[in-house]
Amino acid sequence: MYDIAIIGAGVVGSAIARELSRYQASVCVFDREEDVCCGTSKANSAIIHAGFDAAPGSLKAELNVRGNAMMDTLSAELDIPFRRNGSLVICTKGQDTDALFQLLEKGEKNNVPGLRIIEREELIALEPHISDDAACALYAPTGGIVCPFEMTQAFAENACVNGVSFFLNTAVTSILKQPDGYLIETVHTDTNLPETFPARVVINAAGVHADHFHNMVSENKIKITARKGEYFLLDKTAKDHVSHTIFQLPSRMGKGVLVTPTIHGNLLIGPTATDTDDKEAVNTTLDGLDTLRRMAPLSVKNLPMRQVITSFAGLRAHESGDDFIIGEAEDADGFFDAAGIESPGLTSAPAIGQKIAELVHKKLSLAEKKDFQPARKGILRPDTLSADERSRLILAHPEYGSIVCRCEMISEGEIMDAIRRPLGARSLDGIKRRTRAGMGRCQSGFCSPRTMEILAREVPMSVFDITKSGVGGAVLKGVAKEL
Amino acid sequence: MIYHDLVIIGGGPAGLAAAVSAKDNGIDDILVIERDKEPGGILNQCIHNGFGLHTFGEELTGPEYAARFIDQVLSRGITCKKNTMAVDFSVEENRKVVTAMNREDGVFQISAGAVILAMGCRERPRGALNIPGFRPAGIYSAGTAQRLVNIEGLMPGREVVILGSGDIGLIMARRMTLEGAKVKVVAELMPYSGGLKRNIVQCLDDFNIPLKLSHTVIDIEGKKRVEAVTIAQVDENGRPVPGTEERYTCDTLLLSCGLIPENELSRSAGIHINSITSGPVVSDALETSADGVFACGNVLHVHDLVDYVSQEAAAAGKNAARFLRKNKTRHQEQIELVAENGVRYTVPSFLRPAEMDDTVTVRFRVDGVYRNHTITVCYDGRPAARRKRPVMAPGEMEQVILRREELALCPDLKRIAIRIEKA
Repeated sequence: MYDIAIIGAGVVGSAIARELSRYQASVCVFDREEDVCCGTSKANSAIIHAGFDAAPGSLKAELNVRGNAMMDTLSAELDIPFRRNGSLVICTKGQDTDALFQLLEKGEKNNVPGLRIIEREELIALEPHISDDAACALYAPTGGIVCPFEMTQAFAENACVNGVSFFLNTAVTSILKQPDGYLIETVHTDTNLPETFPARVVINAAGVHADHFHNMVSENKIKITARKGEYFLLDKTAKDHVSHTIFQLPSRMGKGVLVTPTIHGNLLIGPTATDTDDKEAVNTTLDGLDTLRRMAPLSVKNLPMRQVITSFAGLRAHESGDDFIIGEAEDADGFFDAAGIESPGLTSAPAIGQKIAELVHKKLSLAEKKDFQPARKGILRPDTLSADERSRLILAHPEYGSIVCRCEMISEGEIMDAIRRPLGARSLDGIKRRTRAGMGRCQSGFCSPRTMEILAREVPMSVFDITKSGVGGAVLKGVAKEL
Repeated sequence: MIYHDLVIIGGGPAGLAAAVSAKDNGIDDILVIERDKEPGGILNQCIHNGFGLHTFGEELTGPEYAARFIDQVLSRGITCKKNTMAVDFSVEENRKVVTAMNREDGVFQISAGAVILAMGCRERPRGALNIPGFRPAGIYSAGTAQRLVNIEGLMPGREVVILGSGDIGLIMARRMTLEGAKVKVVAELMPYSGGLKRNIVQCLDDFNIPLKLSHTVIDIEGKKRVEAVTIAQVDENGRPVPGTEERYTCDTLLLSCGLIPENELSRSAGIHINSITSGPVVSDALETSADGVFACGNVLHVHDLVDYVSQEAAAAGKNAARFLRKNKTRHQEQIELVAENGVRYTVPSFLRPAEMDDTVTVRFRVDGVYRNHTITVCYDGRPAARRKRPVMAPGEMEQVILRREELALCPDLKRIAIRIEKA
């Protein structure tokens, strides 16, 4: 019997798992996908929000600001790529500046540090490509950018090293109340074999599906709506177009789209916002991509749209009450929700992890572990080394001298590390999210055959079992000259 | 830091031919850097025939064509460092430094007297095409599929839709069919094919594979693996026409929607890039904006036939040798070459009349299909030569040859325009 079972290995589930791994408790995490970070956590704006957007007094406001403040320590402790590039909310000439001042006021109530309104002159000095219509802006120096994949992986790997069991490819089919907790029924998505897991406490971190699990055990029904956001990702050649995260001032036309550098030096444009009934609908649409093309130039001019290398869509878990639902369900003893985690969910995840862990700690009276390992080291990035250090590395480990992904200059050594580390990659997308091999301007055209070869050798596994993103997604259909 | 007179980045058809030519023009100290485990570049996966008619007067497969040049490189004793990636290139005050990396030597720097850029090109990915839909397994660029099938013997799919009628896409329509797959349709966004006429006949018509011009993919279904794609006709602005959608069940979508010269190293060295070709701006000597740095092959502009790559690379090799032999002062006098009226670009972009060879081949592509038109060469606005062509299309490279003796008759010439005119 597990003390604690967590449903969902996104950034929230993984952050919770890591916080709980500080305690003497048996913890497991279920996810239906083949890897951590496969839902909302992998397709979002990759922003650490300053925290001026949420309503004062809301959980969103509290956890956003707290999560933001935790990032410097976390980034150092868990080796998460993170930078405070600052954010700007642009007010254009036709827009009401009152709305901008209201945002400033909200931010101050939320205790966001360093907020101030800047005028056009200073704005242009900060961002030469800002729209000619930009009049002034709200500047938030604590806004940041992060790698959401590595943030999730870091939490999960560290949790794993500290004893948390991850059951991937494992879909939870039902949760049954028992006298001493819950019985969780699952099915393995690859083998279709059922398996049940008893647990004293269940934590629901299932993203857009959190209402499904909550409603299995509680009469106080909740509804999560999947709100689709589409994005364009531009090549690194476009990276200097803006240096801050550029938001548009929310208006009757909607929240607007942002333009931001990513932590790895691409340019990201998005998201749209359309509610969808289909919680699997991570497809982009003609309309959505058109909307981005129309909206983005409202704040940033001369966007080099010829440099688009990919587009993608993610689903945010929007809850009707418009706030996070965090805590034990009133009528389900030992069932904790971390539900409705939409923006600023990524920013808030570390604080959500802490908050849930405190609640569960209180519930189960857990003792702290003496040998908790707080540090995690990410994949060695040879491009952060000097030429001499890199040569010495290659001398000791020649695999770092073979470049597999020529666009992102990723070596065989990094790919081997991604496969061999805790909760290592088992798919092409898993390798891509860990190393960036295949994430560059050719979008894996050149490197995927080589990456497959390395994956097959290292796991080891048959090349025919290699998938892009898990069960049902085999890359190959057989051998040549076979009918 | 080690030094070589000539460093050639890339051991594909361009780099190999450039090396042979430089050697034959008197340069002994040559290093070719090749990222793959064998030289030959993309030819190694082009196992179909049709290569070499111009160069060798016979039809060869890609690997055979490459082998001829590899033999020439080996027999001349030219050094080729394989499995070696050029990771940086810088030009500062005429000091040319290539930083490279491999398993044996680690990271090392090479100072070069002259450099020839021959890095080739890459395929335009799905994201750059703005095709909406899911992102499952089963979407490959045609070249990736070609490598999987021809080199690894692996089948990326069984039921195939191809978007784009570039030559690799056409070749792969035939290859996938021969290997047992069903190719259902080839859709092409433009009202004309981007590939060679002979490939349309031999790879599509001969196998009854329909080619739908002015069509594009507007949706991809399948969360984990491609299950179907929808194609639709497009209007003159490239927008889908409602009501023309056709859904094809398939497990694979191959993309052959254009090639992009790989000039990341050129850019890192500050070399000027032509926005139309995405390749370096070059003189008649194929010299880039950096003195002593030359470019040839698909890194310079995308070619249709490898024979022309070999010719161009030979010229680059010869010119690099000439540069290394005499460090004479440069004549600044230039004649601008301009693409006009139906011509998309020219390579080179300008001539240095005082230094030019007896003849200079100017290569270019047209922007649409032209029947019974002429290629007209104008000297300072005055028509100087006309050549009638029964048909010209964007998929096939065109050329005109300029003669030094003719240009010498116009001493004040500033501008040569190449244009397409009604016959």
